[in-house]
Amino acid sequence: MLNGEPHQLDEGLTVAALLTQLGLNQRRIAVEINREIIGRDDYALRAVANGDQIEIVHFVGGG
Amino acid sequence: MTDPFDLAGKSYHSRLIVGTGKYRDFTETKRAVEASGAQIVTVAVRRVNITDAATENLLAFLDPSHYTILPNTAGCYPAEEAIRTARLAREAGVGTLLKLEVIGDQQTLFPDVTATIEAARTLVKEGFHVLPYVSDDPIACKKLEEIGCVAVMPLAAPIGSGLGIRNPYNIRIILEQSRVPVIVDAGVGTASDAAITMELGCDAVLMNTAIAGAKDPLLMAAAMRLAVDAGRKAFLAGRIPRKLYATASSPIEGLLA
Repeated sequence: MLNGEPHQLDEGLTVAALLTQLGLNQRRIAVEINREIIGRDDYALRAVANGDQIEIVHFVGGG
Repeated sequence: MTDPFDLAGKSYHSRLIVGTGKYRDFTETKRAVEASGAQIVTVAVRRVNITDAATENLLAFLDPSHYTILPNTAGCYPAEEAIRTARLAREAGVGTLLKLEVIGDQQTLFPDVTATIEAARTLVKEGFHVLPYVSDDPIACKKLEEIGCVAVMPLAAPIGSGLGIRNPYNIRIILEQSRVPVIVDAGVGTASDAAITMELGCDAVLMNTAIAGAKDPLLMAAAMRLAVDAGRKAFLAGRIPRKLYATASSPIEGLLA
C-alpha cells in the first residue's frame, strides 16, 4: 500500500529508487513504512517488501 | 533591528505569521505572503498525490532559506496523530518549529486542551520548538509554558470564523502571566481585529482565512501588514485612558471675550 492505495512495486525496490521513480528524490518529503519513519540516510538501504504500508508526505498549503 | 520579534532563538521584524491554505494556486499564495511581509509561514503535512507526484510543490514557491517554515498538525484528533505528523514534518527537513494543533471537535475546531498538553510534553522532550494552538484559557497557557513550549497561541475565535477577539480580557491575563511570546492564532476577520490584537500587547498574530478568503487576498495581505504594524506601534506608544467626558484639545487661554 502506498499512501493508502494498492500499488505494485518491483521486488527489492529501495526507498531511494521508489522516490526517483515518482520524481520525488529532490523534494522535501518524509517516508514512513509500517508507521516507522525512514531516515534520509536509509533510503538507499531500505527495500520495500510485499504488504508494506508506505506513506510519503510533503508540505501543502495550511493555516 | 528595532523592536524585533524573538521566537525560538531567531529575530524577526514582522509580527504577522500567515497560513498558506485556501489560495487558488501557489502563485497567489506566494504573492499574498510577499504582500503580507510575513517571515514565518505555516504549512500542513499531507500525503503526496502519487499519480501526479511531480507537479505540486509548495516549497518551490516559498523558499525555506528565505522563510521560516512552521509546519502544523492541523486535522489531527488524538495526540498520537499530532505527534506522528510532527515527526514526519521534522523528517521532511524544515527545522524543529511546530504549530501543535490537536483538534477536539469538528464543528468548532476548538482544541482538545488535555491532548494538546500531553502531545506538547512529548514533543518538547523530543526537541521540538512547540507553538501550541490553544483555547484563550490562562491556565492551559500557563501549563504549556511550564512544559517548555516556545510560545503560546491562544485563539481569538474559532478557526476561519472571522469573529475577531471574543475575549480580550482573557488575552490580557495570558499576556500578563506569560514569559514566552503570545501569538493570537485563529479568528481574525479583518484589519481592525489584527490591530486590536497587537494593541493588547500580543507579540504576534497568525492568520490564514482572513487573507486567503478575502475578495482581494493581496490587498487584504497588505492591509494586515499595516494593521499589525499600526497596532504594535500604538501598543508601544501607550494609549490614552478612556474617559466618559470631553477634554478640550485647544487651549482655554486667549479665547475671544
